[in-house]
Amino acid sequence: MESKNAENTGKKAGILRINRRTGTIITFIIIAAVLVSIYLAGIFINEEMIRADFSQKGLKPSWEHPFGTDMLGRDMLLRTIKGMSTSIIVGTVASSVSAVIALFVGVVAATGSAGLDHFINWLIDLVMGIPHTVLLILIAFACGKGLKGVLIGVAVTHWTGLARLIRSEVLQIRSQQYIEVSRKLGYDSRWITVNHILPHMIPQFLIGLILMFPHAIMHESSLTFLGFGLSPEQPAVGIILSESMKYLSTGMWWLAFFPGLTLAVIVLLFDRLGENLKKLVDPYSAHE
Amino acid sequence: MLLEAKNISFRYNERTPWILQNVNISIEKGERVGLVGPSGYGKSTLLKLMAGYLKPASGEILLDGQSLPEKGVCPVQLIYQHPEKAINPRWKMKKVLQESGMFREEVMEALGIEKEWLGRYPRELSGGELQRFCVARSLFAGTHFLLADEMSTMLDVITQAQIWGLMMKEVEERHLGLLMVTHNHALADQVCDRIIDLRSQNLK
Repeated sequence: MESKNAENTGKKAGILRINRRTGTIITFIIIAAVLVSIYLAGIFINEEMIRADFSQKGLKPSWEHPFGTDMLGRDMLLRTIKGMSTSIIVGTVASSVSAVIALFVGVVAATGSAGLDHFINWLIDLVMGIPHTVLLILIAFACGKGLKGVLIGVAVTHWTGLARLIRSEVLQIRSQQYIEVSRKLGYDSRWITVNHILPHMIPQFLIGLILMFPHAIMHESSLTFLGFGLSPEQPAVGIILSESMKYLSTGMWWLAFFPGLTLAVIVLLFDRLGENLKKLVDPYSAHE
Repeated sequence: MLLEAKNISFRYNERTPWILQNVNISIEKGERVGLVGPSGYGKSTLLKLMAGYLKPASGEILLDGQSLPEKGVCPVQLIYQHPEKAINPRWKMKKVLQESGMFREEVMEALGIEKEWLGRYPRELSGGELQRFCVARSLFAGTHFLLADEMSTMLDVITQAQIWGLMMKEVEERHLGLLMVTHNHALADQVCDRIIDLRSQNLK
């Protein structure tokens, strides 16, 4: 009787009763939709719409200009979306390249000779040991700044953590009995890597890839902010923020506040996206 | 064909005690040999050594007077105690059979593998069902010796009888050499022509 009551109240509690998995999937889809729509919106905003208009310069946030306008009279909302769109592209490309490097390096370290493994571990320690921003600035600067410099800089500095994770996973899989059996059935280690080991790496790879996005976007913005990244005529959040620094002391707080907030929100959304995917692909991690 | 273990000794490293010392075993093709002994006497280790999964510290494993091939198909196949560990959990069962080229009607029929199981993942099958796949996988054309490491210990008696029935039929038909480890003396008496007690071999 008691349990029946409990069931009834449970049913009354919510008309939309969804379990945690469905909830996670819905959150995942919503976040992905938001990020994709920001990216698409950025594509449709053309130069005409963010043209300088001195009659509108330095306006406070209003319904017409929710994020206000800058000293050239450009709408900050449109500029921010355009900038975020660029950031998302940079983040996607850089973290994809980085994740592929990590997968390759991790698998090679775990399946190759002991000397190679030592070398790769040393390399990972080396890259991790240098302060991140310094390394990023050096590489971006050496590669000629601009979009190319940022992409290369972010791509070649972010693979270390994931590579280490994949290496240890591969080592664990490699000691499994079915790998030994496969070897006794006459298969070489390349066949075993492709057929036995790589399928086990898909979850780590995908999750690592998405959780790398926020880092990539943050580092792109900070590089640009410091003047080593995208060039000033390109719309980017880093540019917007560094420009706004000049006007902050005159009380134009909205120039930095809204773009900065948007950047933080986008980064958090990507992080949530990755965490949700992790729970879906690897349910055990939900209890950590 | 003759599979021999000559004077083999084994320990995991220099600081640990010997697990096996000066053990000699030989099996003729077509012979069925049982290996018994208390837990911790190195029965499984001996099997792993003879299948080439481990290297002996001294002594040698010879197949017709030659050492086991390092690469390529191994004529000595080991069947593990826990089938769920010996099958890739991300593979469907059909692929497990295809891996050793045993995706054939007559093999599946002989071992009582049902068509329906082939589309499933390992976790969707019971231990006995999985062990049949492990046996089927080991019975490919290149196999001359089968080493069974307590392969039916975790199964219920009926499934044990079924698996051993199928196993005996295959071993007899194809004239394979069989070396099986078991704690079950009755099973060893039933299956084997000869029984080796590791106690008499190992102690010095």
